[in-house]
Amino acid sequence: MGRFIVRRVAQMLFVMFAVSILTFFIFNVIPNGDPAVRMAGKQPTESQIEAIREEWGFNDNIFVQYTTTMKKVFTGDLLSYTTQLPVDEEIIKGLPRTFALAVGAALLWMFVAICFGLYSAVKAGKFADRFLTIIALIGISMPVFWIGALMNYYLGFKLGWFPNGGYVEFSEDPVDWAYHLILPWTALAILFIGFYSRVLRSNVLDTINEDFVRTARAKGLGERQIMVRHVLRNSMIPIVTLWGLDFGAVIGGGAILTETVFDLQGVGQYAAEAVGQLDVPPVLATTMFAAFFIVLLNAIVDIVYAYLDPRIRLQ
Amino acid sequence: MATEPATETTLQGPAAWEQEAEREHVHGLGPWRLGFRRLRRNRVALFFGFLFILLILVCAAAPLWADNVAKTGPTDGHLSDTIQVDGETKNVVGLDGVPIGPQYMKADGKFFLGADGNGRDIMVRLLYGGRNSLFIGLTAALITVFLSIILGVVSGYFRGSTDAVIRTLLDILWSFPVIILATALGVALALGGLKIGPLTIAGDSLAIPILIIGLVYVPYMARPVRGQVMSLREKEFVEAARAQGAGPIRIMFSEVIPNLASTMLVFFTLLIANAVLLEAALSFLGAGVQPPNPSWGTMIEEGVDRIATAPHLAIVPGIMLVLTVLSLNVFGDGVRDALDPRAKVRLER
Repeated sequence: MGRFIVRRVAQMLFVMFAVSILTFFIFNVIPNGDPAVRMAGKQPTESQIEAIREEWGFNDNIFVQYTTTMKKVFTGDLLSYTTQLPVDEEIIKGLPRTFALAVGAALLWMFVAICFGLYSAVKAGKFADRFLTIIALIGISMPVFWIGALMNYYLGFKLGWFPNGGYVEFSEDPVDWAYHLILPWTALAILFIGFYSRVLRSNVLDTINEDFVRTARAKGLGERQIMVRHVLRNSMIPIVTLWGLDFGAVIGGGAILTETVFDLQGVGQYAAEAVGQLDVPPVLATTMFAAFFIVLLNAIVDIVYAYLDPRIRLQ
Repeated sequence: MATEPATETTLQGPAAWEQEAEREHVHGLGPWRLGFRRLRRNRVALFFGFLFILLILVCAAAPLWADNVAKTGPTDGHLSDTIQVDGETKNVVGLDGVPIGPQYMKADGKFFLGADGNGRDIMVRLLYGGRNSLFIGLTAALITVFLSIILGVVSGYFRGSTDAVIRTLLDILWSFPVIILATALGVALALGGLKIGPLTIAGDSLAIPILIIGLVYVPYMARPVRGQVMSLREKEFVEAARAQGAGPIRIMFSEVIPNLASTMLVFFTLLIANAVLLEAALSFLGAGVQPPNPSWGTMIEEGVDRIATAPHLAIVPGIMLVLTVLSLNVFGDGVRDALDPRAKVRLER
């Protein structure tokens, strides 16, 4: 088990390294990426641009530039090219917002998807099942920024039931914090509710025919107890895996659109703004931040799996 | 399929089974015929399949509507023009900046769904935008299928170090945050276009979002394909081909790839849906189709800015997008169930 974890962590570090190199080089190879020209402002003279190049080290060998930039990523000295603010502070500022969005949405989609999926499976083939299936399919077909913008306009602006975007610190007012996040949570969760309830439904239908369920029924257990203790428990394994992977993906960039639509000022929105201005240091830092969570949760899921199933460890 | 070959005849393999079936008057159906039969019974999936074809046809007919009914192009602004509605003269964009609402056929089909903030005809933009969105979705999905099959087959067939290299590549691509990577590439390329040797792609070309989207989804399909190839290469018919002296290329093309056809078909449908959605997301973030060119994503983006005065600007393209993606998802599910009821092919994110 120890060797498996070491191997998995080494693999994780390698992938992170590759992601950082690729991101850095993509921006240095692509035309119009010369940050010195953009930093010099309107109508710069050649000597101004040259001075900026010298000061920021754009004249160095590209590998030297890469190592100095990566050093800055880890020491927290990375500065944005456009705002010249430290990147790490901006990310730390956005972090609680992104986490609040991701954790709340993840809990919401898990809970609702279990209810929908289980109910759908119990009523398989009946009207309720078909209705929920249609709802789930519509849910996975809706772009999050579209439904988010519509919710924001109709429920927030027009009816005034919810605040129209924005974010309140949890420490300031926990109730207002949650109240501001209800719409973003729902918008982000809709897609996943659709996916998860469908996966859970088919898993439950597979498990229901297993021998141990028949045994439980033969023992005289109540239908509710069979469903929750035997069927649901065994159908949850793939869902929990997906949940781990998707949670990493949501923190790692999946929440960009939701954050932008609801103006939450999280890490995702910071990344989107940096990308729009081709501001390389924040793009590099947020990409690595995002990749870290994707890779980390992938590794956790693998390790938990290996712990549960010894066959995987030996591969 | 391990049937004992008939001992009294000299024929072996499929030819022997055919002879036997003929003798016993059994009419076998191939997997495709069986699948088609199952699909035909699935009314809902068929309905949505036709809906998708209808959407393609309607969007393909965009120039017909633009030239004959609306008499304007997708990027033509009518900011200071007026139109005749029931004998009344109306501004296309009011003095307060509010564009005209849906007119349906009241102005002979002009501004059927109203105008946007620049006085452009929404219906015309919707149709042309659909053309762009669907074209990007279809070609990007084709690129993904093509690359995934090559990578998946080579990786699963040769295994060993080739497999390790390809798998690492896929792992890296998988770990990239899709939207950040795609928007970063989209924004950077939209500014200056792309020049690789003699090949030049202009910044506002549709090729840029197509290539980005096509590349981004490769790991999602290549990984399951690889797994399938690994189990296919151990099958008896591959062994038989190898025993007859077939080389790896021949085995891949005539034994392995034909057996991946149903996977390809299912993935293709679901990939179009995801590609159309990703295109909309990229355009929403300003990294997909570049204005003034329309696409459903750019139209939603423009509509969200004016949602307080003219909400239909965002709602209409969104509904078209949802209909397209929904029809592909339902149809794709139906095709999967028909071809392989036990398969669990699924696209995440």
